[in-house]
Amino acid sequence: MDRADFMYHRKKTRHALVSQASSSTDPIAHWLIPDRPVRSCRPAGPAPEPCRSTACVFAIPPTEKRETPRHNKIARWLGSNPPISPHGLPPSSDRDSLAQISIFALASSPFGDLASLARSGAQGRALEDLAAALAMNPFSSGTRLRDMIRAIRACKTAAEERAVVRKECAAIRSAISENDQDYRHRNIAKLMFIHMLGYPTHFGQMECLKLIAASGFPEKRIGYLGLMLLLDERQEVLMLVTNSLKQDLNLSNQYIVGLALCALGNICSAEMARDLAPEVERLLLTRDPNIKKKAALCSIRIIRKVPDLAENFLSPAASLLKEKHHGVLIAGVQLCTDLCKVSADASNYLRKNCTEGLVRLLRDVSNSPYAPEYDIAGITDPFLHIRLLRLMRMLGQGDSDTSEYINDILAQVASKTESNKNAGNAILYECVETIMGIEATSGLRVLAINILGRFLSNRDNNIRYVALNMLMKAVAVDSQAVQRHRTTILECVKDSDASIRKRALELVFLLVNDTNVKPLTKELIDYLEVSDQDFKGDLTAKICLIVEKFSQEKKWYIDQMFKVLSLGGNFVKDDVWHALIVAISNAPDLQGYSVRSLYKAFQTSSEQVCLVRVTVWCIGEYGEMLVNNVGVLEVEEPMTVTESDAVDVLEACLTRYSSDIATRSMSLIALLKLSSRFPPTSERIKDIITVHKGSVALELQQRAIEFNSIIQRHQNIKSSLVERMPVLDESAYIGKRTSSSQANIVADKSSQPSSTATTLKFPNGVAKPPAAPLVDLLDLSADDTPVPSSTSNDFLHDLLGIGLTNSPSSGTAPSGGTDILMDLLSIGTPVQNDTAPKVVSSNQGFAPTTKPAPTTSQVMDLLDGLPSNGSLPGSQTPVYPSITAFESSTLRIMFSFTKQPEKPHVTEIHVTFVNLSSEAYTDFVFQAAVPKFVQLHLDPASSNQLAASGNGTITQTLTVTNSQHGQKALAMRVRMVYKVNNQDKSEQGQINNFPPGL
Amino acid sequence: MVRLYPNRCQLVGSAFISGFLISLVRSFIHFVILISRQGKVRLTKWYSPYQQKERSTVIRELSGLILTRGPKLCNFVEWKGFKVVYRRHDSIILVILNLYASLYFCICIDPDDNELEILEIIHHFVEILDRYFGSVCELDLIFNFHKAYYILDEILIAGELQESSKKTVARLIAAQVNVTERCVSLAF
Repeated sequence: MDRADFMYHRKKTRHALVSQASSSTDPIAHWLIPDRPVRSCRPAGPAPEPCRSTACVFAIPPTEKRETPRHNKIARWLGSNPPISPHGLPPSSDRDSLAQISIFALASSPFGDLASLARSGAQGRALEDLAAALAMNPFSSGTRLRDMIRAIRACKTAAEERAVVRKECAAIRSAISENDQDYRHRNIAKLMFIHMLGYPTHFGQMECLKLIAASGFPEKRIGYLGLMLLLDERQEVLMLVTNSLKQDLNLSNQYIVGLALCALGNICSAEMARDLAPEVERLLLTRDPNIKKKAALCSIRIIRKVPDLAENFLSPAASLLKEKHHGVLIAGVQLCTDLCKVSADASNYLRKNCTEGLVRLLRDVSNSPYAPEYDIAGITDPFLHIRLLRLMRMLGQGDSDTSEYINDILAQVASKTESNKNAGNAILYECVETIMGIEATSGLRVLAINILGRFLSNRDNNIRYVALNMLMKAVAVDSQAVQRHRTTILECVKDSDASIRKRALELVFLLVNDTNVKPLTKELIDYLEVSDQDFKGDLTAKICLIVEKFSQEKKWYIDQMFKVLSLGGNFVKDDVWHALIVAISNAPDLQGYSVRSLYKAFQTSSEQVCLVRVTVWCIGEYGEMLVNNVGVLEVEEPMTVTESDAVDVLEACLTRYSSDIATRSMSLIALLKLSSRFPPTSERIKDIITVHKGSVALELQQRAIEFNSIIQRHQNIKSSLVERMPVLDESAYIGKRTSSSQANIVADKSSQPSSTATTLKFPNGVAKPPAAPLVDLLDLSADDTPVPSSTSNDFLHDLLGIGLTNSPSSGTAPSGGTDILMDLLSIGTPVQNDTAPKVVSSNQGFAPTTKPAPTTSQVMDLLDGLPSNGSLPGSQTPVYPSITAFESSTLRIMFSFTKQPEKPHVTEIHVTFVNLSSEAYTDFVFQAAVPKFVQLHLDPASSNQLAASGNGTITQTLTVTNSQHGQKALAMRVRMVYKVNNQDKSEQGQINNFPPGL
Repeated sequence: MVRLYPNRCQLVGSAFISGFLISLVRSFIHFVILISRQGKVRLTKWYSPYQQKERSTVIRELSGLILTRGPKLCNFVEWKGFKVVYRRHDSIILVILNLYASLYFCICIDPDDNELEILEIIHHFVEILDRYFGSVCELDLIFNFHKAYYILDEILIAGELQESSKKTVARLIAAQVNVTERCVSLAF
């Protein structure tokens, strides 16, 4: 029980005892001093002097009084005591008064006075126990509602509260099971309170129905309230109430009908809507306005649930618009709006019959003199205004005649409504929306947008927010008019309110076009510097989008991106900086400029992750341009950077503990590249790399070891290995970027364990997925990478780590090493033929392959320079020879193919399994895995028993969809699991001999 | 041209990824919640179908969102594709009533409804409460929560405004109290 609670009761109680000590500052003392001698309520015993009682009360320290619930309870009992009869007994003799009598008896007992009782723990507790015992009498239905609320409020901890609630719920449950009628309403009221606290109250649902079925209004009232609160429309129990509702709707008591309509409007389900629609329809035509408006709103709910019923309500709804009572009008207008939404017929009908009346109504209400009943801030009934405008919008939408007809009144509302109060602004806002929604004249539109402009400069955040919201919609209608407010909108991006900032930023994004992109971007980037941390993410993303979308010249694009990177580099998404790298690599005349700008930017903002990565990549690739000042633009300031400065940058990135592994790996590669470009620093680079041979990060350690051996043992190929990257194909990258999201979905669908999610994507050449458990089934997709015909595409995702081709994946580290070499190799397409043989030898020398077969085949592919699939895109013949896909000493699998000519990429494979051994196989299961670009669908097999010695076969149909039909050949890895004499066996193999053209 | 609930349907549907089947019915007001500054719920009224579980999730999320907002910010928050309009103690518009000091009035609406009007509706409700209880405070709503619900039921039905006259609402409530007293009085 807190002080506020206490004060509340003091305020509310009519029987407040006015004390002589009213000058006292202590509210409790104030309370406790009775206005008549205490002895008058004493049944027995000598009377203490009144002054003594007063003194005792004052003796209680004020703080203690406020904080102990016990004192307050006593105080309240005393205070709220009804006028006491001369005999010392309260006039009524209900249980609560009984409790009070006993308290009085106790309080005035010879044991001591009130104060000492309250102070002495044991007796105080006894007092309370007695009170509790009386209140929680097993024969009563429990505490009163307000006492329960007090008890709950007095709880200090959640556990205490739970205990109280549990006790109450138990009492209510037992009352329910005893079918206690007297306190049913009280129990439901308590349950509602308990429900609001978030405890389960389902057991009370049936009680609600019983209350509703009672005959009296008070019971029904609480019953319907409980129904609306404790049930939701999906509960079965609700169906049981339909009958009661029907009866109540047919009663003559308007209040009961009102209750039933209210409940129906709030929770009706589709079934109830169908059952009760005739009643509601009838009530729409009664004379009582209160019933009428409720019935109208109820009809809204009904037609939302069952749109078919709309036509029944059409003519009653139209007649509601002729009413005078505002409540009925409001409800009627809303009903018409909803009718328009569900049925085109309804809107046509209303357009024909009601437009005139609506315009008159709106004119009347907006011209009406001061009406105190409906007045809000000087405007008569803004709610009706808004609803009329909304209905006009529904009617005027796409209908030029109606639009023309309502033009005048809209202009009048838009120009005459006062905009200094919220109510007026709400009307204006709705009016603007209506103007934007209908076929308004251009003059009216300008008026509307000017209203929004005024809103934008309003001091109130709410008004600015709605203005931005509406301008977003207006952009589609009239972007020129919105452009005029660009500067104001830009100011809103810098607002202190996050909601407004977000809206404004979205709006700015919609406003950007080729002519204003430069000043807008400049403004946004300037703001990026000072914006809140949590807004930077959104802002950076939007700026990047704008810059990418509207850049007309490369230099501007690169400049803006550098600015964004150095201000918000921590928030830039991967694909954005990847795109930047692609752009730089495609602009040979800007590479020197880029690397120098990045170097400069790095000096000031080296904490921005993405800036660091781009810098590292550029220094690795174009380091010599940095040092030798190649391709200096006129605007640049001359600068001198030595070779060791460049290495310093990389070393700093590598050693800084805050850099993540990706950045550090990139730095290592960049260092390797620099070691051949800056021969004087190669010793130092070698040292740095050597240090990282002991790195705890596996990735770094591995790279360091590999690079170290390149430096030490393979000087002859080093220079060609670390050559500059070829120009990255911009269009391919963009295509990849857009399709990668779709591809992701396909990959998931093909139900292969997608290792992309766990793959660490490292730029600059090495994409090495961690060993996935099923990786050996997957490593077919390794075929993707080294096929020279597709290098331009594939090296890109290897290099940049985008896309999801899991490039040469293999489970073990040493062969991972080979893969790196393969990658590095495939970069250098032009020199490939000279270097490849050497690499193969060196490759075997330094990293023995664990899986000779696939690797060799890859290398063979590479050397041949011929795609192994040898696909013949021209061949349209849908006949393919059957193949023996797999044969071991125990099992033979044959594939036969069919294809529909109109779907060349889809192949149906009929698989036949033959048992070659002399034992029968049981529980035979066939599993297959395909590369990422293929989708596989397995139909159920004909059986799972395979008879011995070729006496029986199992057939199964696979449907294979090759998304790269004509470019890549099918490949499949299969596994057969079966039981021989109850022993598990499995076999697996790879199928590469598919006929070409599948 | 039939326009069946333009694009709001999707919003209602997509807002609950949890997979609960939400009927694609647009309601003007989805729910009304009164939360105290300590995050205690004082009144809830659901006009769109929400299951009990969803209700507590909604309340938890919203109170986290709204109670933490700074005083100078606007009264609208976007939440799961809906908009929630709330009013609290330092609303600058109109008289500062006692009730705003302790309670947040939250009303959830569709994103393209008129937020400013909702602010007016909240104020309408508060003024009627104030008139009924006589300088209403939070404790009135705690101990007489059922009366607050009765009043709300006279103002909103099916998520739509029912009555724009405070006087009429007061009259209706008083009339129902009279009816109640004429019948057997029920002690709570």
